[in-house]
Amino acid sequence: MSHEVPPLSVVRVMGAETEFGISQPGRPGANPMRDSARVVDAYAAPRGLRSAQSFWDFSAETPLADARGFLMHESDAHITQLTHLPDAMPDAQYLANVVLPNGARLYVDHAHPEYSSPEVLTPREAVLWDRAGDRVAEECVRTLSTGPEPVNLYKNNTDSKGSSYGTHENYIVRRDVDFEALAEQLIPFFTTRAILCGAGRVGIGRSGEEPGYQISSRADFFEEQIGLETTLRRPIINTRDEPHADGTHWRRLHVIIGDATLAEPATLVRFGSTSLVLGLIEAGLCPDIRFADPVTALQTVSHDLTLTAALPLEDGTTTTALQVQRAYLDAARAAAGPAPDADTAEVLAEWERFLTSLARDPMELVADVDWVAKLALLESYRTREDLAWDSPKLALIDVQYSDVRDGRGLFYRLESAGRIRRLTTDDEVTRAVETAPESTRAFLRGGAVARFTAAVAAASWDSLVLERADGSLVRIPLRDPHRFTRDEVGDALAGARDADDLVARLSGPDEPGPDAAPHH
Amino acid sequence: MTSSSEQANRDRNERPDLPEDDGPIAPQAQTQVDATAVDSILDDIDSVLESNAEEFVKNFVQKGGQ
Repeated sequence: MSHEVPPLSVVRVMGAETEFGISQPGRPGANPMRDSARVVDAYAAPRGLRSAQSFWDFSAETPLADARGFLMHESDAHITQLTHLPDAMPDAQYLANVVLPNGARLYVDHAHPEYSSPEVLTPREAVLWDRAGDRVAEECVRTLSTGPEPVNLYKNNTDSKGSSYGTHENYIVRRDVDFEALAEQLIPFFTTRAILCGAGRVGIGRSGEEPGYQISSRADFFEEQIGLETTLRRPIINTRDEPHADGTHWRRLHVIIGDATLAEPATLVRFGSTSLVLGLIEAGLCPDIRFADPVTALQTVSHDLTLTAALPLEDGTTTTALQVQRAYLDAARAAAGPAPDADTAEVLAEWERFLTSLARDPMELVADVDWVAKLALLESYRTREDLAWDSPKLALIDVQYSDVRDGRGLFYRLESAGRIRRLTTDDEVTRAVETAPESTRAFLRGGAVARFTAAVAAASWDSLVLERADGSLVRIPLRDPHRFTRDEVGDALAGARDADDLVARLSGPDEPGPDAAPHH
Repeated sequence: MTSSSEQANRDRNERPDLPEDDGPIAPQAQTQVDATAVDSILDDIDSVLESNAEEFVKNFVQKGGQ
């Protein structure tokens, strides 16, 4: 066996979580938990999908497990961290959970509807199934629009009144990589990543108290470098360690610092560049950059539209966001070698194009990156109507940019007019709403929901509970996210007559068992 | 990749930067200075923008999430 390091690749199990902003037009007092449950039910009910708190199989979830190697005691945890104890949540009766035919989870998280995409293997797939979630959200809004209490959803991250809600990414990372080292090498990347994929935001400060515009919608809400919390004292590196997989081989890196991106090229670079940096860290090839104060640098980067701010390093010198990103890109390009796979080549080329354009004139990315597209739109209005940055009209444009409705959302108006580059087609998105990725265990989860909807008693990321005809329940562990793919279980799923038959086929000697080892 | 990534183009005022690929990007998307194009997109946005900005922004209140 050769010990040669394989070329760096973007291919990795990953996924996206989107908490949507929610409001009833003209009714700011409406209960957002109730409305979020209505959103989930609006999608689930017409499809006969089971929507109930008990539907999600919590037995495998350990949200208080901390990657640093200790368990936080429940009494030390803020109430909102107890995602595995629904009864401890206020308004628990409004919680709703459903697994979609595409393998995604649609549920109520805190006071927002959340779409958690199925696990995918490439950034292109991440873009597609993230977009599928936006389509699901739009359909929920459309369904509710004809009733007495219509609800609107927004793919954004703040109300600019002090509240923020997340757009998270998840990446499978090798368990044998030391977490402290992983965090240290990731921090400079995340501190500067928003220049590639920030959503843009009107207002500086958590409540937008200072007039202006900034690159990231989330930066002002971060206070720590590393930590377990996601709803308060938010850290650049989140240590939540729920692998949703075989924890002896894998950890799930839960990234909470990203913005909700609508522009597909920005989403591609967000997932692609991050996957490459994780590969650099796994291979021991990551550049060594240490900021003197990462949290301050994060906010400096977000507030600096010129991209030239000097960011103090630990050694007393300074750097810029562009230089930091360039260092990661150069390392990734070198590690990918002369013949990277097609997905990797595309991400490297786009990352390069983004950095080159940003250095020259960010407006070159007006068709690619949300913060630039939104800024261009706002500047046009400011010029035409002579508006100051604290004008409510600009704040409105900021929010309505993220309205999920095709005809009303300003992003979608721009995209429909050909002003935003698109990577997917409508047909591909339609298909991704109804079918799961073929390259991960989401294939079996989504496929089981699609084919045997009524027999799926419960599901989670790493289990599927089927109800047999005699009423007995069978739990199918899905410990390895790389398995239960179309290649492995496509025939069983397609050939099964009913859930009993599917269980029998999956239990057969030729099918992967729960204890099988990961294949890479 | 478009030609814009291959050469510095500081004369954007004089030369609308036409992409050479067949992508869906209209030429005006690449530049800020085409006044007609800006007007047409603003007219389009005006047609869907919520009418009472102040009221809308005041009412857009969210609970914190993760």
